[in-house]
Amino acid sequence: MTVLLEANGLTKRFGGIQAVSDVSFKVEEGECVVLAGDNGAGKSTVIKMIAGVYPPTAGEARFQGNIVSGRSPFQVRNAGIETIYQDLALADNLDVGLNLYLGREKTRRLFGLPVVARKAMRQDAINVLQRLGINVPDPDAPVRDFSGGQRQAIAIARAIHWKAKLVIMDEPTAALGVPEQREVMALIERLKSQGVGIILISHNLPDIFAAGDRIIILTRGSVAGERRPQETNEEEIVRLMMGG
Amino acid sequence: MITSQGASWLKPLLNAWSWLFLALILVFFEVYARVETGQTFLMRAYNIQAIGIAASQILLLALGLTLVVVAGHIDLSIGFTTGLSAVVMALVIRWFGADGGWPVVILAMAVGLGAALIVGVINGWLVAILDVPSFIGTLGTYGVARGAALIVAGGATVSIRSEEARSFGNGDIFSIPVPVAVAIALALLCHYILAHTRFGVHTYAIGSNRASAERAGVNVKRHLMYLFIISALTAAVGGLVYTGRFSAGAANAGEPILLYAVAAVFIGGASLTGGQGTIVGTVIGAIIIAVIQFGLVFSGLPPYWQFVAVGLVIIVAVLVDQSRGKLTGGKLTGGTT
Repeated sequence: MTVLLEANGLTKRFGGIQAVSDVSFKVEEGECVVLAGDNGAGKSTVIKMIAGVYPPTAGEARFQGNIVSGRSPFQVRNAGIETIYQDLALADNLDVGLNLYLGREKTRRLFGLPVVARKAMRQDAINVLQRLGINVPDPDAPVRDFSGGQRQAIAIARAIHWKAKLVIMDEPTAALGVPEQREVMALIERLKSQGVGIILISHNLPDIFAAGDRIIILTRGSVAGERRPQETNEEEIVRLMMGG
Repeated sequence: MITSQGASWLKPLLNAWSWLFLALILVFFEVYARVETGQTFLMRAYNIQAIGIAASQILLLALGLTLVVVAGHIDLSIGFTTGLSAVVMALVIRWFGADGGWPVVILAMAVGLGAALIVGVINGWLVAILDVPSFIGTLGTYGVARGAALIVAGGATVSIRSEEARSFGNGDIFSIPVPVAVAIALALLCHYILAHTRFGVHTYAIGSNRASAERAGVNVKRHLMYLFIISALTAAVGGLVYTGRFSAGAANAGEPILLYAVAAVFIGGASLTGGQGTIVGTVIGAIIIAVIQFGLVFSGLPPYWQFVAVGLVIIVAVLVDQSRGKLTGGKLTGGTT
């Protein structure tokens, strides 16, 4: 297997607070690495350093051999890392097409002037979502009218459409009902089967064991342990998360 | 679900409410005029022209403001940006003398726009770079622009005698008054920017979810800076038209129009929370206010009633906006499609 992402000694200090210290791990193609940990353990800070939101204080993240840490979120995204944040990162008042293309809108020419190609982007969005088995009842509607699961699917569809090689998901099932949680877990499996690497942040133990190929437990900003699901059990993970 | 079925026919109705409202007040004033005076209100060229000019004054302040509001901000300084550019234009013409002709008038306009540009850049710097809430930041520049205009004007109206400037404010282009033609041209430009360019889509995205726009690679700070500059410049055009129309620049040229401009934007479907609003809506909003203004004068009511009427219309607009959300189970866009 080829290594997609390599985090080496990622460290972040905010003023006097040591949020993350010396976190290292690897993600391979088609592999789902779970970052598990209690609130405040530094999971979100780790992925934000990879996604370009925060520059690391020390250490680096390499994606396919190139350093991505310290770049802008846009550069990281263009390199092939799509991040799906907890707050979904959708623009609620825009339709599915514009959300799929946000920041990289398609344009066409009208009387020599560039105009945004809404219809074409909308059709692309419908196609991508249909391939994921998701029906969009009203593609013209702003995405705020959609259910939590549909919105999560749009965010994942964005990753698929832009052919992301690594997808980072921050608590993707946190705000969802049980059937929608299953749909999202099925989408994760589908991404893995296509060779996409995944970093999943979660503290939902069933999700961790269902999707994870490796589990990295963070406690107070440091790696407390790394386990494969078949070698461990829920009690051990909880004990590590609690810092025991 | 029953509610969602109800929503299917209510949605377009509520989205079109400003059109309906405009039709309603036109019918009202037409009937009133015929019953009271036996004359027509709408079929007179003079009335149409007067409403057109009043609407264009409001629109010149409201166009740029619409873009700012869609991005989730507000620009209160525009009322006095208008006055500042009006005074500056008049002073430049006075400085060079009335004999300078078009070159001097055009130079004066450019300097007037330049003065507004400074206000726009300061607004953008306060809001985008220093993260000052736009309501407070632009309230500050409102005071600064007002003071600056009064200081450079020496506290008085700056009258000029320039035939060219006068013809800019009072002439016709293809039998359309110049102020109306200027407002139409700027409205088309702003509509193109907001509805059909990536810049416009990013404006809605910033108003909907600033973080998502940032993560998608939109340079939000630079974008906000541009929006406040556009807002100051359209307001400044209003000032240039004012100086032309009245052959004088006044510091308070835009002051009475500020409330109307804000009202036009919100009647047109924009929302204080951002992400909503269209130029078409703002144009209808401006026409509604102009019709109320002129209609009340035409009806012989004391002119102060127009403040009451416009205030009531703003409240109705906000109530309609809220009921849209309640009736359809979610807020609607003001037609971003």
